[in-house]
Amino acid sequence: MIGGLFIYNHKGEVLISRVYRDDIGRNAVDAFRVNVIHARQQVRSPVTNIARTSFFHVKRSNIWLAAVTKQNVNAAMVFEFLYKMCDVMASYFGKISEENIKNNFVLIYELLDEILDFGYPQNSETGALKTFITQQGIKGQFQTKEEQSQITSQVTGQIGWRREGIKYRRNELFLDVLESVNLLMSPQGQVLSAHVSGRVVMKSYLSGMPECKFGMNDKIVIDKAGKGGVTNEAGKSTSGKQSIAIDDCTFNQCVRLSKFDSERSISFIPPDGDYELMRYRTTKDIILPFRVIPLVREVGRTKLEVKVVIKSNFKPSLLAQKIEVRIPTPLNTSGVQVICMKGKAKYKASENAIVWKIKRMAGMKESQISAEIELLPTNDKKKWARPPISMNFEVPFAPSGLKVRYLKVFESKLNYSDHDVVKWVRYIGRSGIYETRC
Amino acid sequence: MPAVSKGDGMRGLAVFISDIRNCKSKEAEIKRINKELANIRSKFKGDKALDGYSKKKYVCKLLFIFLLGHDIDFGHMEAVNLLSSNKYTEKQIGYLFISVLVNSNSELIRLINNAIKNDLSSRNPTFMCLALHCIANVGSREMAEAFAGEIPRILVAGDTMDSVKQSAALCLLRLYKASPDLVLMGEWTSRVVHLLNDQHMGVVTAAISLITCLSSKNPDEFKTCVSLAVSRLSRIVSSASTDLQDYTYYFVPAPWLSCKLLRLLQCYPPPEDGAVKGRLVECLETILNKAQEPPKSKKVQHSNAKNAILFEAISLIIHYDSEPNLLVRACNQLGQFLQHRETNLRYLALESMCTLASSEFSHEAVKTHIETVINALKTERDVSVRQRAADLLYAMCDRSNAKQIVAEMLSYLETADYSIREEMVLKVAILAEKYAVDYSWYVDTILNLIRIAGDYVSEEVWYRVIQIVINRDDVQGYAAKTVFEALQAPACHENMVKVGGYILGEFGNLIAGDPRSSPLVQFNLLHSKFHLCSVPTRALLLSAYIKFINLFPETKATIQEVLRSDSQIRNSDVELQQRAVEYLKLSSIASTDVLATVLEEMPPFPERESSILAKLKKKKGPGAVSVELEDGKERGELNGGGDRGGDAAIAASNASTPSPSADLLGLRSAAPVSGATPSAGSLLVDVFSEAGPAATSAGVNDDGFLRFVCKNNGVLFENQLLQIGIKSEYRQNLGRMYLFYGNKTSVQFVSFNTTVSYEIKSRILNVQTKTVEPLVEGGAQVQQVINIECLTDFIDAPLLNIKFRYGGALQNISLKLPVTINKFFQPTEMAAADFFQRWKQLSQPQQEAQKIFKASHGMDTEVLKAKLLGLGTALLENVDPNPENYVCAGVIQTKAQQVGCLLRLEPNAQAQMYRLTLRSSKDTVSQRVCDLLAEQF
Repeated sequence: MIGGLFIYNHKGEVLISRVYRDDIGRNAVDAFRVNVIHARQQVRSPVTNIARTSFFHVKRSNIWLAAVTKQNVNAAMVFEFLYKMCDVMASYFGKISEENIKNNFVLIYELLDEILDFGYPQNSETGALKTFITQQGIKGQFQTKEEQSQITSQVTGQIGWRREGIKYRRNELFLDVLESVNLLMSPQGQVLSAHVSGRVVMKSYLSGMPECKFGMNDKIVIDKAGKGGVTNEAGKSTSGKQSIAIDDCTFNQCVRLSKFDSERSISFIPPDGDYELMRYRTTKDIILPFRVIPLVREVGRTKLEVKVVIKSNFKPSLLAQKIEVRIPTPLNTSGVQVICMKGKAKYKASENAIVWKIKRMAGMKESQISAEIELLPTNDKKKWARPPISMNFEVPFAPSGLKVRYLKVFESKLNYSDHDVVKWVRYIGRSGIYETRC
Repeated sequence: MPAVSKGDGMRGLAVFISDIRNCKSKEAEIKRINKELANIRSKFKGDKALDGYSKKKYVCKLLFIFLLGHDIDFGHMEAVNLLSSNKYTEKQIGYLFISVLVNSNSELIRLINNAIKNDLSSRNPTFMCLALHCIANVGSREMAEAFAGEIPRILVAGDTMDSVKQSAALCLLRLYKASPDLVLMGEWTSRVVHLLNDQHMGVVTAAISLITCLSSKNPDEFKTCVSLAVSRLSRIVSSASTDLQDYTYYFVPAPWLSCKLLRLLQCYPPPEDGAVKGRLVECLETILNKAQEPPKSKKVQHSNAKNAILFEAISLIIHYDSEPNLLVRACNQLGQFLQHRETNLRYLALESMCTLASSEFSHEAVKTHIETVINALKTERDVSVRQRAADLLYAMCDRSNAKQIVAEMLSYLETADYSIREEMVLKVAILAEKYAVDYSWYVDTILNLIRIAGDYVSEEVWYRVIQIVINRDDVQGYAAKTVFEALQAPACHENMVKVGGYILGEFGNLIAGDPRSSPLVQFNLLHSKFHLCSVPTRALLLSAYIKFINLFPETKATIQEVLRSDSQIRNSDVELQQRAVEYLKLSSIASTDVLATVLEEMPPFPERESSILAKLKKKKGPGAVSVELEDGKERGELNGGGDRGGDAAIAASNASTPSPSADLLGLRSAAPVSGATPSAGSLLVDVFSEAGPAATSAGVNDDGFLRFVCKNNGVLFENQLLQIGIKSEYRQNLGRMYLFYGNKTSVQFVSFNTTVSYEIKSRILNVQTKTVEPLVEGGAQVQQVINIECLTDFIDAPLLNIKFRYGGALQNISLKLPVTINKFFQPTEMAAADFFQRWKQLSQPQQEAQKIFKASHGMDTEVLKAKLLGLGTALLENVDPNPENYVCAGVIQTKAQQVGCLLRLEPNAQAQMYRLTLRSSKDTVSQRVCDLLAEQF
């Protein structure tokens, strides 16, 4: 039960203020500004409790979104709502920026009225919202009676996320598997912690009310299939080591959870347009696309020698992109000389780091950078803490090993079959927090 | 290009600051700062020589970054380098950086101090000022150590510029405040005082701050400043407003200097020199006169400056308190301010009047403003001003206007702010008591007080009213009647119930004759309040009920019924239950005679300081001082007549009960019943448990004494509370004894006191003791040294008497100090022939003492030898033909004479007997030593 929702700019000025419950007063707006946005020390906790009022905030570039409540609400629900709110706004007017918010404030208030009622989250599906909250304010006049009644039945009906009577000439489906790899590695190459968090994002342009079925190489499903059809030789060979263990996953509201619980099969009536089908996390058998080998040598009090080798660890036919290695430098650095075999490297004083960028790199390759860092002797006896070397990249495969086995579409009323649908699948593995200690 | 930017402008800095200001977010700001820091680091790397301008610029940037809240760990060296620059701006930035960022980094401090020293010795006044400002801003101990000697020299040097002198004076003031032990004025004192005569007003103003501070610490050294200050003041006061050109502020000549001068004079008593005093009085009069003049300007600054001087002058007049004329004039002046438009002025006037009221000269004058003050109390909007008005009313109250003031304060109390109510209540209570001529008025007032502001009436107030009612038999009847009437109100405060219960319980019989207040009516009235009260009040009411049984036997049945009810006798509160059970039993078992004795009327209370006054003192120190001073005598006449001489029942135990609640609740009578109550709490102070330990002062304790005949160190005395250790050493006729008093408890002993008494021995022993601290903390040990000189031989040992209070009970311990004649033995070695020759010389019968006694400790040779050596004599080997026997010789040293002493101890192992023979040149000595020694074996 969210009591109110505020949006601030970077200075702490209120751009949007919507209060849903009486227990939230105007002073809550100021309390958050004073205690969080203008706090001397940076507030790192996303939940702040000030005078028995809880503030949940997320930050998008320079914009703060804060949900306020006096009650003991489910914090995960509030954050889910805030993220959803960001998605909705982004799908309506693009990037969330101060200017965009100022330009669309009427729309935002309209959205807030719709997706939150007396503090309880309502339908926040963009596709559905777009049918009755439009950016062309005058459209309402031209809506026919039928359309209006359709809106009502859709909003109150069982399948709130999809309206009836959608028609496409070409039925198409886009499926992206987006993963981010997180790693912390010791200087000796020992993995201290690693996990992959992934999302399956879809874009569907399908006519009617199709029923979809999605299959992937989930270990439980594969094992079950293997047991069930021992006689099926082909099925057995495809399973085995290729399957992955998913630690936990969440689904879009359109997925029938009862069916997933009983049969582990993911079936759903998809919303129209963009949506995120599921999220998952894996921790086992992760393919680490890159290995970073650091070498740091202190030469006296005024010099530091750093050598970093990166090795790509995937099929040579694949190309990694947007590779960026960030090597932190001590706080008393007074000068840096860098030599690298590939790409470009630069000392960025504003970030206290050497940033090495490589545009593309094929699998099973190796590259190296070496830097000499000059230090200014200080009277401070504090030792440099040696923060880890971090890395960014993008690879065209799923580091978790997830594979899409099938995506079937059934539409009984309209006359098109699974074969008529054009399907696109793409895998993108990105770096999350990918760090190696040095 | 650099030539253009090398002005004072520092464009780089301006650009940097505007960049930071334009940052959209904290992160962007941090990025910008990191970039700048990296840039500065590369510039400071050391291989390039930087010119002064860029050094200044970068140091400035660092300073700015530091002030934004980031740590700076380099650049100190560059800042110190700037100090040696010849350009003002560069030096200034250097000093600025140092005073903001200096830390006790040893090598840098040395460099900085060096630079400052150079600047101080330079002839350039601006540089000297910069250095002085830096010293003052840092003000650290190191700085004080380095420059405390230098600055006074600069201050008094004849050729120092005026501006530097000002800085030096203020810098010295700062150092003195920070580390007063390092700033020693000594020889400079007189020359500093003479700065008051300086031509330059700025110097005088700066110097006077310094002098005021110094003279408040050691007024005597700076005494000469008084006459100088007076002459300076009179010059300023008498000058026309145009005389002191730069120092005239809105037509007021040098207001700050005048105020400071007046404040300096307040550190000293009125000048003794008649001429000086006359001049000062003239000044003060002029100031008072000027206040009457029409203002020269309508600006608020003009009146502020003028009033500042006036109030400072009035403070001085009050401080002197010797000029009736001035005091009255000041009072009149303040009276005008009482109705001034300015709230601040009204406040200040009331505050000053409070102090004026305490002076005997102006008390009457203050009293004339009573109406205005009362009006202020009623109509003033500002609460702090109302508070001052209340204070002033309290201060100006005396016998003549007490009734009016108390009535006004009471009526104000109904609307008073909650924050000051408790204080007001105390004040009303005190005034009512102090100036009561008529006790019925007093009782009325206090009961009114409880009615109006019951919540704010503290325990002390109602204790006091009960004390007074009990001690004055002429008001008892009236009090009972009034209380009875007050209790009839449907809702009355719990404190009222307490007072009512107590007074009716004691004096209910005085109004019982009236059928409207018959015993049963009284009881029912009290009991109707019972259930609404808290536990302590109920306990008090139960005691009142049992007293009722005694006073009115006809109520016995009703009351017993009440006591017997489950809500009493099975009350969950142990105190109430116990009272109910005990009172019930008492009333049913004891005969009327016993009841009458047990429940006798309370004896009058011993005189003591009013507990209310003590409370007010605690609440608020200075405000009430004046009244308290006279309080002693006033109270005498109030309660003096109240002694009922004939009453023999004033129990000594009652007088020594420490808590005021004890004597009020009248449980002395119930004590025999509840003597065993463990939960005495604050209500039931068990006087008997306190009497117990006090009785431990039993006779002289001397079992420890004999153990010390043959040894000097050990534990002399020990009980549950105290352990006394002893350590002593003797040389010839002198001895020194260390006593260690160890507190074995965790509670501190108070008024710890020891005395050594030696009745008639003043000519025999000379004993000097050092007194010990009166407080011995729990678990602590204190040491006492006793020096003893033996004048002549003696028998009785001095007595040590220890007194202290432990938890309120007085402890008294008497011990014999283990000083015996044998302590002054000087061992003498002699050969056998020698010994026997002397032995024969001392053959007169009175010179010999002999004892035959049974061994009580066994006859171990080594132990015997040790004891004989411990005695102080020399043990002579191979003297006696019988090797079993022991022979000793020694000389007792007293101041008057030396007494030779020979000893022979013959043990008989079979019979377990000893024969001890002593011969000495003095018969008393032989006898005494023989007696002492006989106890040892």
